[in-house]
Amino acid sequence: MLNLCNVHKTFNIGTINKKTALCGIDLHLNEGDFVTVIGGNGAGKSTMLNAIAGVWPVDEGTISINGIPVTALPEYKRAPYIGRVFQDPMMGTAANMEIEENLALAFRRGHRRTLRWGIGKSERGLYRQALEKLGLGLENRMTSKVGLLSGGQRQALTLLMATLQKPKLLLLDEHTAALDPATASKVLELSDQFIAENHLTAMMITHNMTDAIRHGNRLLMMNAGKIILDISGAEKQKLKKADLLQKFAEISGTQEETDEVLLS
Amino acid sequence: MEFIAYLSSLSPANLLAAVPGNVAQGIIWGIMALGVFITFRLLNFADLTVDGTFATGGAVTVVLILSGTPVPVALAAAIAAGILAGLVTGILNTLLGIPDILAGILTQISLWSINLLTLSGANKAVNVDKYPLIVTLRNVQSSIVTALVFAAILICVLYWYFGTEQGSAIRATGSNPHMSKAQGINIDFIKILAISLSNGLVALSGGLLSQYQGFADIKMGQGSIVIGLAAVIIGEVLGNSLLGKHMNFAYRLIFVVFGGVIYYLVIGLVMWLKMPTDLLKLLTAVIVAVFLAIPYLRAKAKNSFALAGKRGSQKNA
Repeated sequence: MLNLCNVHKTFNIGTINKKTALCGIDLHLNEGDFVTVIGGNGAGKSTMLNAIAGVWPVDEGTISINGIPVTALPEYKRAPYIGRVFQDPMMGTAANMEIEENLALAFRRGHRRTLRWGIGKSERGLYRQALEKLGLGLENRMTSKVGLLSGGQRQALTLLMATLQKPKLLLLDEHTAALDPATASKVLELSDQFIAENHLTAMMITHNMTDAIRHGNRLLMMNAGKIILDISGAEKQKLKKADLLQKFAEISGTQEETDEVLLS
Repeated sequence: MEFIAYLSSLSPANLLAAVPGNVAQGIIWGIMALGVFITFRLLNFADLTVDGTFATGGAVTVVLILSGTPVPVALAAAIAAGILAGLVTGILNTLLGIPDILAGILTQISLWSINLLTLSGANKAVNVDKYPLIVTLRNVQSSIVTALVFAAILICVLYWYFGTEQGSAIRATGSNPHMSKAQGINIDFIKILAISLSNGLVALSGGLLSQYQGFADIKMGQGSIVIGLAAVIIGEVLGNSLLGKHMNFAYRLIFVVFGGVIYYLVIGLVMWLKMPTDLLKLLTAVIVAVFLAIPYLRAKAKNSFALAGKRGSQKNA
């Protein structure tokens, strides 16, 4: 499904701010994998997702999605394969456009933008149904500007937009980090639901270890630009938070207390 | 005594007589303002190319009409020239990484030379008695009608276009380029497209104004960005206060043109008050600054630290 082969990325090469962010990432995702990704700040989690999404070109290595090589494709050309939700709820939606206009934009992800009308006649019913699934009452506010919505509502909408046109791969970059606990768990629940319903292959970055253990069928831990732990299947089912903290301490060779601070 | 003499020298009849001419010019500038609206409001791109493009539109139109080209063809050529100018600014900005304001200024400056070459000098007159000009200050009434027809058609076309998938992509790019890329929109292409479209409209407006005033002049575009902004902003402030929640996209476009008319009526008024014409640009800048500041200050008046402090001290007292 997704293949990353020896991917390297260094930022600010040739300056004193040089930072090696990805250091030889090899990763293979199977169809339908739901992978949670954990790791301290600066471990390279977001960088890995951005490399897959094509925010910038990688320095070395290859990336392919569903057998299609995308290493040389810019972000907008990879968009047909990828649905994304970002950490910042403001980032995934157009604030001064209506809810239905945002959905219509997302509905056309991967299609040429022609001179046909921006929202087809039959689409509104589809959007209404999709919005009803969110359970936020947005189906009654379809012509409201998205800028009027709360962060949680916008994040739920972004999630819907990312999956409206079924993506080959769904990338969730700490998409609940900016939300209050109740809203965060609601958005997380929706994510689970959408991924299961559409049989999506997904990657989710989180700082919450419990979430990382509870969700998905596979867990990656990253440190210093490398994947240092890759647990899946039955082994992941048995995983406890304490195990993760210990594993992190073992592999990264740092103290457990500091890890707790970093990862809890 | 002098003041009374000044007042008695003002004739209300003259003011009224100037209104039709101001309306005609206002509509023509309103078309220019539609172009500014596309970049400034929809694409969120401050495009200074237009100062050059406006004169380019005028120069191309006049030169072609003088060479015997039919007026519609001359105007089409002006639009094409404007689109080309926008294309240059768009490419400078997106493909060559030059910041938006600077990209616009570079094209604007180069257009100065190109306009001089086009006009083979600083200005060129076109006589309405010899050529079939479609707008002219010799016949203000018919000019108003023609300009209105142009404005109405353009408003309809723009309303349709910005409702299409492509037009929506322009609005999305202006609203959130990050999200647009993630939704598969080639934002570089979209920016070039929108800036070109905007400058095409500006050049058309320049082509109309040069016919109306009977000449094209190298300086006719100077400060036009500020006039365009004035029209956009006056229209918005008026539209929002008159229509409030009912202000939709069609009204926004209509009020842009209406803003141009209001602007020229105000200019007509201050000219009638015998303000020296040298001060016009200063006045325009003040109008734009005031109208830009009003919504900001209004919001601030309801939500300021001073007020919060007052409320706090009242409670404690």
